Amino acid sequence: MNNISLIFFGIGILFDLFGCIGLIRLPDVYNRLQSATKSVTLGTCSIMFGVFLNYGFSGIGLKALLSIPLIFFASTVAAHALIRGSYKYGIKLWDKTVVDDYKDVQK
Amino acid sequence: MMIDIFLYLLLGMSFLCFIRVVFGPTMADRMVAIDIFGILVVGVCAILAVKTGRMFLIDIGIAWILLSFIGTITLAKYLTGKKLDE
Amino acid sequence: MKYLTLFICMFLLWLLLTFNLETPNIIVGLIASLITTLVFGKHFLKGWKKFFQPRRYFWIIIYLFIFTWECIKANFDVAYRVLSPRMPIKPGIVKVKSSLKTEIGKTFLANSITMTPGTITVDVIEDDFYIHWIYVSSKNPQVYTKKILGRFEKHIKRIFE
Repeated sequence: MNNISLIFFGIGILFDLFGCIGLIRLPDVYNRLQSATKSVTLGTCSIMFGVFLNYGFSGIGLKALLSIPLIFFASTVAAHALIRGSYKYGIKLWDKTVVDDYKDVQK
Repeated sequence: MMIDIFLYLLLGMSFLCFIRVVFGPTMADRMVAIDIFGILVVGVCAILAVKTGRMFLIDIGIAWILLSFIGTITLAKYLTGKKLDE
Repeated sequence: MKYLTLFICMFLLWLLLTFNLETPNIIVGLIASLITTLVFGKHFLKGWKKFFQPRRYFWIIIYLFIFTWECIKANFDVAYRVLSPRMPIKPGIVKVKSSLKTEIGKTFLANSITMTPGTITVDVIEDDFYIHWIYVSSKNPQVYTKKILGRFEKHIKRIFE
């Protein structure tokens, strides 16, 4: 067991924790997506990088390294799709929202 | 030792996600929580793979992220008002 | 030729993922990447020649460092907004115009915007990016365009165009 990879696990879990607290605290679905997607994606990528540092350039290490871009693209594209879907479904923005330029292009 | 603490912490975060699934006011809130839960499970798989030394757990993580992605995309498509076979 | 590029990429990905060089594994990999190529070949990007220009890979590596730094900054930003008791958020959706032409460049720019501090892409309609911003600090289009796109746009232009 490698100490540096333990540090990476710790950083990743700290960021995951911030994301989940944001998921509970923030007021509407758009802001929740903001905090949750960013923090949890970077946290899990950091955990995967810790696995890679632990095993080096072997089969499992390369697999962990390759899953970083996979997690990254999957979560960002899912976030785009969800935020667009919930806007088109008609979920309202939060009361204190300042501007909304996207309203103009809706039919 | 340290790794056990990390695993319990990740379980606690999954519980936070389930609070959002139960009390979420709209359907999109629930789906966001399930998406985040899917990414957390990948982290659990990776840490378990390091702890037990079994390689196939990483494969399970990769498969899980793809399945969670497909589920989220399906619901997002349903939300935009399209039929599922377009 | 487009198909051949996709085929080589898929086969390299298979070899890296399975990581052994026995004969049955290679045969299965060849069949799997052939099927993938036949099904998804026509959606592959048009400018396949860009795969063979080494200068672009150099810019990709530099871009990765910049991007990782922005990503870490984004997370501290989120942590600050989430943990502070007053929750300093002022959300809104703004419209930003970009000058990128290719589809893949727009995709990368949208994904990068999603991971930078406080912004997430809602929709891309031709050249306009609609961006949900967690703290709208100014309403002047030039100011926020520079703030959101400034760091990434020129690097992405070097990589993909």
